[in-house]
Amino acid sequence: MKQKNHTVIELIVNNHPGVMSHITGLFSRRGYNLEGILCGAIGQGATSVMFLLVRKNEQYQQVLLQLNKLNDVIELKEREDYDHTVFNRIGDLF
Amino acid sequence: MKYSGAEIIVHLLEKKGIDTIAGIPGSANLPLYRALHDSKIKHVLARHEQGAGFIAQGMARSTGKAAVCFATSGPGATNLLTAIADAKLDSVPVVAFTGQVATSLIGTDAFQEIDTYGLTIPITKHNFLVRSAAELLDVIPEAFRIAETGRPGPVVIDVPKDVQQQVCEFGQWPGFHEPTKPQVIEKQLIDKIAQAIHYAVKPVIMFGAGIIESGSCQLLRLLAEKNNIPLTSTMRGLGAISPEHPLYVGMIGMHGTKYANRITEEADLILALGLRFDDRATGKVSEFCRNAQIIHVDIDKAEINKIKPAFMSVNADLHDFLSLLIPSVDKKERREWLDECYETKDALPYVVAPLNGDVFHPLRIIDEVAASIPADSIITTDVGQHQMWVAMKYPITSPRTFLTSGGLGTMGFGVPTAIGAALANPGKKVVAFSGDGSFMMNMQELATIADEKPNMAILLFNNGTLGLVRQQQELFFDKKYIGSKFKSTPDFAGIAKCFGLKSIDLEKVSDPLGALHEALQLNEPVFINVPVNADENVFPMVPPGAANKVMID
Repeated sequence: MKQKNHTVIELIVNNHPGVMSHITGLFSRRGYNLEGILCGAIGQGATSVMFLLVRKNEQYQQVLLQLNKLNDVIELKEREDYDHTVFNRIGDLF
Repeated sequence: MKYSGAEIIVHLLEKKGIDTIAGIPGSANLPLYRALHDSKIKHVLARHEQGAGFIAQGMARSTGKAAVCFATSGPGATNLLTAIADAKLDSVPVVAFTGQVATSLIGTDAFQEIDTYGLTIPITKHNFLVRSAAELLDVIPEAFRIAETGRPGPVVIDVPKDVQQQVCEFGQWPGFHEPTKPQVIEKQLIDKIAQAIHYAVKPVIMFGAGIIESGSCQLLRLLAEKNNIPLTSTMRGLGAISPEHPLYVGMIGMHGTKYANRITEEADLILALGLRFDDRATGKVSEFCRNAQIIHVDIDKAEINKIKPAFMSVNADLHDFLSLLIPSVDKKERREWLDECYETKDALPYVVAPLNGDVFHPLRIIDEVAASIPADSIITTDVGQHQMWVAMKYPITSPRTFLTSGGLGTMGFGVPTAIGAALANPGKKVVAFSGDGSFMMNMQELATIADEKPNMAILLFNNGTLGLVRQQQELFFDKKYIGSKFKSTPDFAGIAKCFGLKSIDLEKVSDPLGALHEALQLNEPVFINVPVNADENVFPMVPPGAANKVMID
């Protein structure tokens, strides 16, 4: 996978069974591209961190704004500094 | 204290000030109804959950406060979906409680089990699947906060039956959060906007429902008057300003006034207040106001730059924004621009009912209704030609008195929404304008009307067709009519009578306008059938996908 023009959005979200649907559903119903997703519980397990690999196209600002509106999103950071290759290494699992 | 989940829900709803709940009981929400039985909250039994959802919407839209509906699991929840989706598109604060199968049965395809949580993610502002009675103490205040804060919207709370029955011990009742006030607005930005208005030669204020939601109708008028800026409204903004106001140029968009579309097109500055540039308002977006700079003010940050790039934008409550802007804006006469607007208005006169023609012409009937009932009456519509005629012609003079399905365009909206509006506003007259196509989508609620006897009239524009579909087939689909004409039409006045309501068929009386006037003076429910010529089209109109300047008539 080429990683040019990609960036990573880091989300801190409430950790419950429906939160993943809220995030991925937003991408599918608004026609945004989601290239990769990594997620895991943090701390005592009440919250999770999510890394979303997305393309930086004309929709990108809208993606950020819509994600920010979700009630389960506690914090949103743009991670320009993130090492995208972590998503490539997921391939090692298959 | 020890209370069951169901008792916690009902107690907190009482505490929130909810006095009426529309709903239908079923297996999975019976514990909730058991608790409701002992409450002073009035229950309105709808005949279909969609009706219950729209009754809640009628209460919420007419008061601005969150309203509540109940449904059971499975089909009860799926029946609610359309009303919830409608509330999402028009930003209406509805809190819906759905019963769910017991926690131990979730995921087993149990009887009347459906994934309500999954189904309602895309159509709510937020939703909850409650996993313990104790959670309700947080979830319910939070649900109302979400529904009523910022841009309002619907919230679904799915409560498994065992959670309703589970007894929970706790120290004290939670409080309800006051809706939080949002962002501070920088003075510098206000000054820049005031300056842009000052230097604009042809400014136009375009406003939407946000003006009404934020309680800013007076401020809107003050701003327009101080700087002499013409105003145009989206359909959902109707009622924010009197249609008689000299600066008001009418509704914009597909069935707006020709002059509103023309004047907006001429503008060099659009002050867009509390709206989201819906395609029915803008026409072809790329052609919309190409020569204008847009200043967009909305409480939802994600609406800014979503459709039209803004030259300047403010993400704020409009009341806060306008309170700051008005003192900063200078007084201006704008003689030239206003003269140009008045000339445009005179050159493009607005639709009127034919003087000597059809007594049942919808525009004529609308005029007659407006003349027969108090100015502050609440008008609801269904969706279709009649909705456009009412939006065009009915003089909506005050906020929250025009309830219509704008975003989702839901046929079946008008009658149950009118019930809710009448229940929440006992001193007011409510009139539901409907068409025969729309009416049949929720006509079971005539039974609810017979139960509750709200002070409302249903005016059925009966043309035996899906009129707006027929019109589009005539104009844009080679007059190849399919599926738009009903092969048979029932005797609607007879049906209403069988439900136990007063009814009248204007086709069968010697003095139809006199009979109409008389029926509208009743302080009880009345159904009025109006025979409408099926060939009648709603004009002017922007063809779907065309620019607003391409209006046909």
